[in-house]
Amino acid sequence: MKNTVEIRWHGRGGQGAKTAALLLADVAFKAGKYVQGFPEYGPERMGAPITAYNRISDEKITVHSNIYDPDYVVVVDEGLLDSIDVTAGLNPEGAIVVNSAKPASEIIPKLHGYTGKVYTVDAHKISVAALGKYFPNSPMLAAIVAVSKVMDKEQFLTEMEGSYKHKFSKKPEVIDGNMKALRMTLEEVLV
Amino acid sequence: MAIRERLSGNEAVAYAIKQINPDVMPAFPITPSTEIPQYVATYIANGEIDTEFIPVESEHSSMSATIGASAAGARALTATSSCGLALMWEELYVAASNRFPIVLALVNRALSGPININADHSDSMGARDSGWIQIYAESNQEAYDNFLQSFRISEHKDVMLPVMICQDGFITSHGVENIELVEDELVKDFVGEYNPEHYLLNSKEPMAVGPYAVSNYYMESKRAQTEALKNAKKVILEVAEEFEKMTGRKYGFFEEYKLDDADYAIVIIGSAAGTCKAAVDDIRERTGKKVGILKIRVFRPFPEEEIAHALRNVKSVAILDRSEMFAATGGPLGAEVTAALYRAGQNKEVVNYLYGLGGRDITVTEFEDVYNELERMAETHEVRDNFKYIGLRE
Repeated sequence: MKNTVEIRWHGRGGQGAKTAALLLADVAFKAGKYVQGFPEYGPERMGAPITAYNRISDEKITVHSNIYDPDYVVVVDEGLLDSIDVTAGLNPEGAIVVNSAKPASEIIPKLHGYTGKVYTVDAHKISVAALGKYFPNSPMLAAIVAVSKVMDKEQFLTEMEGSYKHKFSKKPEVIDGNMKALRMTLEEVLV
Repeated sequence: MAIRERLSGNEAVAYAIKQINPDVMPAFPITPSTEIPQYVATYIANGEIDTEFIPVESEHSSMSATIGASAAGARALTATSSCGLALMWEELYVAASNRFPIVLALVNRALSGPININADHSDSMGARDSGWIQIYAESNQEAYDNFLQSFRISEHKDVMLPVMICQDGFITSHGVENIELVEDELVKDFVGEYNPEHYLLNSKEPMAVGPYAVSNYYMESKRAQTEALKNAKKVILEVAEEFEKMTGRKYGFFEEYKLDDADYAIVIIGSAAGTCKAAVDDIRERTGKKVGILKIRVFRPFPEEEIAHALRNVKSVAILDRSEMFAATGGPLGAEVTAALYRAGQNKEVVNYLYGLGGRDITVTEFEDVYNELERMAETHEVRDNFKYIGLRE
């Protein structure tokens, strides 16, 4: 377990947090890692808070529980900070990435005294600029890869292009926009 | 060369079905097993396999149609979960007593109520007396491997019984993990063709299927089912041995994890065994205490003597159940393992825990607490409650 990176995603139903967690598992697998990507299922409805998880390791992973002491947390919807203690159990040596137009200094007061690193990513701005629509999961995925360094950025981009080609085989027009969103995020999030 | 992949448990089972290319698959969707018929239907629509897919209006009908296909001489299977299995109840017994070698992909989920869609073994445990062989998986890999072995067991002439291949709802069915797949050609050779000995559509051998049996015949018929289950034990091990030769992955009635020298053992079924393994590794590394696991793979037929033998040297045992049997005495695995130890003349401290009902999570720390309790029990020779709960709010 010591060599396993644990990531917890907080989002709302319909925002793609689950898809992002599965995509992260996908690319980390292609980078030669042992991976887990799994959502926590409750009553499924648009807008309801959802949690998804990743474990990424160089060794075989057998644990099948949820993640209570993550190394990293990704918050796909800033509004969740008011209702959920997203930093619960979060490793102070790790980091949290929040989708917000605000600087980290304005987010920190809402994080229940979390002392680790705090990053913000304006996924709305990036997504609209790159895709013309608001899909926060690609920017947030790139942000957590940059922050957690679970894999090399160039390898991440190469593998993501393959994943998008597979995932969007019936709508190839969105592949370029998503790739652009990933690149813009990697340039914006300075770790 | 094995194929390295990452798949959810549902994807893995659907892929196994694609590789097996069965004759008939009737199915009705229910969470969390819905994806299995969905993926198989896609394979069929894409022309990748020529399975006859029968959309039906209920699980009662899906099992009935599977039985019909199997009676006709086809290799037939279906998939379901929870209340879907409950709606098949009558047919489960019909399938087993008529000796149809059907395979059922079961994604374990709690039975209602309260309504709950999450992992729990109450569906398959409720069906434990139906005469089906039951094989459980810890991981996506095991769900896939068990499925590849299923028809070899069910269709063996000394067995001819239906097989339920079980995995935990959402935890493995929807969780993506690394997996090694077997090449199509190897699977084809391993599973082989199904050539039924007796079947309804054989014009040269007219026969009746499922007739009435008067009291003078019924009991012998039940005895014959038990004989077939006894035979299944031998066949399950033979098939596992052959599977190991092909893949290098070893299977038996159960997995013994660091049990050789263990003083304290947990007996468990399904995905939580993986979490328990992390607790065992952690305790052994941190404290040197000898803790181990007996993870049940085959629950029906119940490998009573083998389980007792594997536990002969441990000082205390905790048996963990992910379903109630409402005897107000604990769970079904607890009852059967305790009976196995008693019949083997073993006198040791045994406790039964209920955990994970309706998807309640179980953590590494909670397993560590169980091992602490086992140590206390062995030292004091005192079992405070014969059954208790993990992670329950009182």
